[in-house]
Amino acid sequence: MTNLKEVEIKDEWFKPKAKNLEKAEMVVRPSLSYWADAWRKLKKNKLAMLGMFFLIFLAIMAIFVPIFSPYLVTATDYPSQNKAPSMTHWFGTDEAGRDVFTRTWYGARISLFVGLMAALIDFFIGIIYGGISGYKGGKVDLIMMRIIEVLYGLPHLLVVILLMVVMGSSLTTIIVALTITGWVGMARIVRGQVLQLKNYEFVTASKSFGAKTSRIIRKNLLPNTMGPIIVQMTLTVPSAIFAEAFLSFLGLGISAPFASWGVMANDALPVILSGHWWRLFFPAFFISLTMFAFNVLGDGLQDALDPKLRG
Amino acid sequence: MIQYIIKRFFMMVLTVLLIATLTFFLMHAIPGSPFDDDRTSNPTIQENLEKYYKLDQPLPVQYANYLKAIVTFDFGPSIKKPNDSVNSLLARGFPISFELGIITILVAVLSGVTLGTLAALRHNGIIDYLAMTFAVIGISIPNFILATLLIQIFAGELKWLPAATWQSPLHMILPTLALATGPMAIIARLTRSSMLEVLTQDYIKMARAKGLKPSRIIIRHALRNAMMPVVTIMGTMLAGILTGTFVIERIFAIPGMGKYFVESINNRDYPVIMGSTVFYSAFLVFMLFLVDIVYGILDPRIKLHKKEGESS
Repeated sequence: MTNLKEVEIKDEWFKPKAKNLEKAEMVVRPSLSYWADAWRKLKKNKLAMLGMFFLIFLAIMAIFVPIFSPYLVTATDYPSQNKAPSMTHWFGTDEAGRDVFTRTWYGARISLFVGLMAALIDFFIGIIYGGISGYKGGKVDLIMMRIIEVLYGLPHLLVVILLMVVMGSSLTTIIVALTITGWVGMARIVRGQVLQLKNYEFVTASKSFGAKTSRIIRKNLLPNTMGPIIVQMTLTVPSAIFAEAFLSFLGLGISAPFASWGVMANDALPVILSGHWWRLFFPAFFISLTMFAFNVLGDGLQDALDPKLRG
Repeated sequence: MIQYIIKRFFMMVLTVLLIATLTFFLMHAIPGSPFDDDRTSNPTIQENLEKYYKLDQPLPVQYANYLKAIVTFDFGPSIKKPNDSVNSLLARGFPISFELGIITILVAVLSGVTLGTLAALRHNGIIDYLAMTFAVIGISIPNFILATLLIQIFAGELKWLPAATWQSPLHMILPTLALATGPMAIIARLTRSSMLEVLTQDYIKMARAKGLKPSRIIIRHALRNAMMPVVTIMGTMLAGILTGTFVIERIFAIPGMGKYFVESINNRDYPVIMGSTVFYSAFLVFMLFLVDIVYGILDPRIKLHKKEGESS
């Protein structure tokens, strides 16, 4: 038992803690904006963060490796063809002696470019079409949605293949072909969101102040639909990357000597049974990892940006 | 219901017509004629060829012929394989592609639903964790990459399975696996999330309270409702599997329709391209139509005719 008398009672114990007085009323969590809150939640999702860091790494490598590599993407070197990975060629060489390491990162460039461009163009067409359709409503909406319904029923990749045949294969054609069919999904999402939001009071308020339609869509409606739009964009990117690789693999996309992951996998096809594993492994590994990263990031964003799950 | 089916049928015809028209004008927008190669550089030969393929007639007449060809389902002879008609190519290739597609769908749906259900029942357990890891990986690996990897491992290194062609059930394992993994992963994820939601519903508690066997609750009560999202995405999934057959048949040298289609694209064999595009899209659009109707039958809560006016 401790002797109570031995405890010295200090005066300062009984003085009010002035410092804490201001915060005493703060029983709620710090007020976070929608985006800060989403970021906080995303940071907790380890897999999504891993995906994001991988994509940042991928982007940096895709930009700098082809610049600083001692080998050109298209440079052939027949004496050293089909060499296994070594110190001089980290990922080995292909049948024309081209450096697979340089080509892999060049392929990353193509994939990221196609993916991001497709997502960006889908975004612009989608928000304009979906925004107008959802906001106008009535007959306009009915007609615009009928058009979308017909387009939605089209077998997309088939249309893209057809367009590639007609327009000839190049990077621009791939992006054009992908976006001609790709914007429909985005437009549907934007329309659904706008349809919900347009009856809210703040829109009525804006309208009563005499705001024009374009301003209401731009300033009031779109910022509130950004969550689902961003998720849709993150999920567009991997499907565009897949489509580019698929087309290149079929011989409809980018063609050799230029490198894309699809082209590299296609070139590796005749030699896969002869033990040149690196020819297939590296493009296969990176395309899968990239799609994986975009998918987990998209999943993470979906959870983080959903206002219903805010907590 | 009947009204809805009629409406959907009309939409279906419209979509096919749109694709057919699009295909026709796109093909005719390509500069040059399909006979621009060395063998046929003689102008008289070219003229005769164009006459034979009826390419010398004015565009509207050609378009009318083409629409007639679609209705009567007769796309005429192939340009690059003069002994074959487009119809005979389709007749030869379609059964094989159909077989591949059906097996793939069966494998994808059965294993996907099983995997998703198991994951939901063992929520946050090891099975759940493993199944979902598998699912994310399955979604991320493109089918043509998976196909080549499978060949390299099972035909190249281990020599367990044949690398190509379509002869015995043994030959079917690798192509089916390559094609089914992606859809299987998507189905597993969807089944899991909708199953988790369904399992918290009151009618499941009710069924438990009545003392029904767990297996009966899951199969009769939970699964039927949990399957709805899966049915919804069946349409897009079918499109994916269909286009997937193009590459898979090419990689495994399977003599299906996809192989002829890709060949016709690479040789610019226009009648074959047009014929198979129209055939593919008509088939796919019809499948989407069926999926929609099945959806209506499966879910009694959906009153189809009430969908008028609003569509999401």
